[in-house]
Amino acid sequence: MTITSEDIDKLATLSRLEFAEAEYADFTDKLGSIVAFVDQLQAAPTKDVTPMAHPLDQEQRLRPDVADPAIDRERLQSCAGETEEGLYLVPRVIE
Amino acid sequence: MNQLHSLGLARLREGLAQRQFSATELVRHMLMRIEQHDASLNSFLTVTADAALAAAADADKRIAAGDARPLEGLPIAHKDIFCTEGVRTSCGSRMLENFIPPYDATVVSRLATAGAIVLGKTNMDEFAMGSSNETSYYGDVRNPWALDCSPGGSSGGSAAAVAARLACAATGTDTGGSIRQPAALCGLTGMKPTYGRVSRYGMIAFASSLDQAGTLTTSAEDSAHLLNAMAGFDPHDSTSVDAPVDDYVAALAQPLKGVKLGVVREFMGDGLDSSNAIAVREALTVLESLGASVREISLPNIGLSVPTYYVVAPAECSSNLSRFDGVRFGHRAEDAVDLADLYKRSRSEGFGDEVKRRIMTGTYVLSAGYYDAYYLKAQKVRRLISADFTAAFADVDLIVGPTTPTPAFKLGEKTDDPITMYLNDIYTIGVNLAGLPALSMPCGMVGGMPVGLQVIAPAFGEGAMLNCAHQYQQNTDWHSKCAGAYQ
Repeated sequence: MTITSEDIDKLATLSRLEFAEAEYADFTDKLGSIVAFVDQLQAAPTKDVTPMAHPLDQEQRLRPDVADPAIDRERLQSCAGETEEGLYLVPRVIE
Repeated sequence: MNQLHSLGLARLREGLAQRQFSATELVRHMLMRIEQHDASLNSFLTVTADAALAAAADADKRIAAGDARPLEGLPIAHKDIFCTEGVRTSCGSRMLENFIPPYDATVVSRLATAGAIVLGKTNMDEFAMGSSNETSYYGDVRNPWALDCSPGGSSGGSAAAVAARLACAATGTDTGGSIRQPAALCGLTGMKPTYGRVSRYGMIAFASSLDQAGTLTTSAEDSAHLLNAMAGFDPHDSTSVDAPVDDYVAALAQPLKGVKLGVVREFMGDGLDSSNAIAVREALTVLESLGASVREISLPNIGLSVPTYYVVAPAECSSNLSRFDGVRFGHRAEDAVDLADLYKRSRSEGFGDEVKRRIMTGTYVLSAGYYDAYYLKAQKVRRLISADFTAAFADVDLIVGPTTPTPAFKLGEKTDDPITMYLNDIYTIGVNLAGLPALSMPCGMVGGMPVGLQVIAPAFGEGAMLNCAHQYQQNTDWHSKCAGAYQ
């Protein structure tokens, strides 16, 4: 699988990243070599093998749906760039 | 008094209990060493001197009152991936340059509750993505054994700090070898416990099915003391394992007679530096002389572990790092014209190149049309690799072999080619895919640089693994070697 600069555009959009013109060649090149490297997996015989999502094959543990007040909102929001009356502020979304 | 830094946790613990010195004297001594030596190493990103001295005063009161806790007064450092309440936690990234967590990671709170004192936070590869500490936004860390060499990564700051005896021990995290590889390159004992043994709560996530917290110390005995405090179930981490915790210090008294060790055939062939191979074989001879038996074993699919990892880990990374959006915490781009612009620019300004590459790789292997060919395929190969370990452990108690193909490499030597850098973790990555505990301990020197021996155990076999290392260290002195400038 070859990586093209169109692929980089598409992946950058999906990843919410942007690259300067000067960075394109290097990113295309290195991403291409990584994909070529992982392509060797294709040769492995895996018919009837169950995919492994958890190293100890544990089920996802669930907790009761109860609020945990360990950290209060004000302290959590002290990490944010902009907040107002308990809300996070972002630039306009709709014209 | 002047040699306190070289004693290690276990001896310091005895010295404090016997009032040979105070916690305040010990902490002052370590802070002075950081001041003296760290400008050339760059192992610390933050030094919390005032808090450390206050904690030391408290420790001295407790010791005087006969109320000492298990790690009372022992000065350690935390990798800057563990959230520390009120203390900047950068994860080696510009993204978190100004992030002051509102809570402590469970690892941090457990060690504090056990009485350990935090000297500061250590440098690391950005978001733990790297094997040389060169991806840190805050500059390279240098190897105390040779300042032009890498200390390894991603826990390179923790490794350099302990190797230079600027901290008596440090925490680290290991997703593909990030504790064991720097331990090997810096001459330390580095331990990654079983997946889920130690809580990941408050440990900034890279690849959640692989990440595990562990320790960098100067002996297996010190690792056991720390693990006793760190291990255990945590309701705040949904992948934390609710299984009984052994007394790892008590596990260190078993003779090795009758212990069956397996040497991985695939690890001892092409690619392993011949001097490293000699050091590993000599260590096996020592273990045999202590009563262990050594036989060759095979892990037929282990050669696929690095490509498997470089699908699974970036996939999980691309998902985990989507939380950095410039809104709730972390770097926020200025003057964004709309929300999409805020996301894109905050992330592009905040992340370094290696992190961007991994996010892009992960997005690629998870994207429509490629998911089955890459992500699902890698999960199937992961099963094969894990099954190889299970089969091997039917015949042997522990698996031993090299930790890295070569001793420490020069800074800048591998930065141009990501694949060459990735292959440095060829002996360590399979363990993470299988979720097993493993450690690296020093077993020799090549050209003045340390070499590591890796010991791998079945899941929850930390006790037997640490005991094997401890018995070896009772009969050799590689683990107590320290570079001349820091003795």
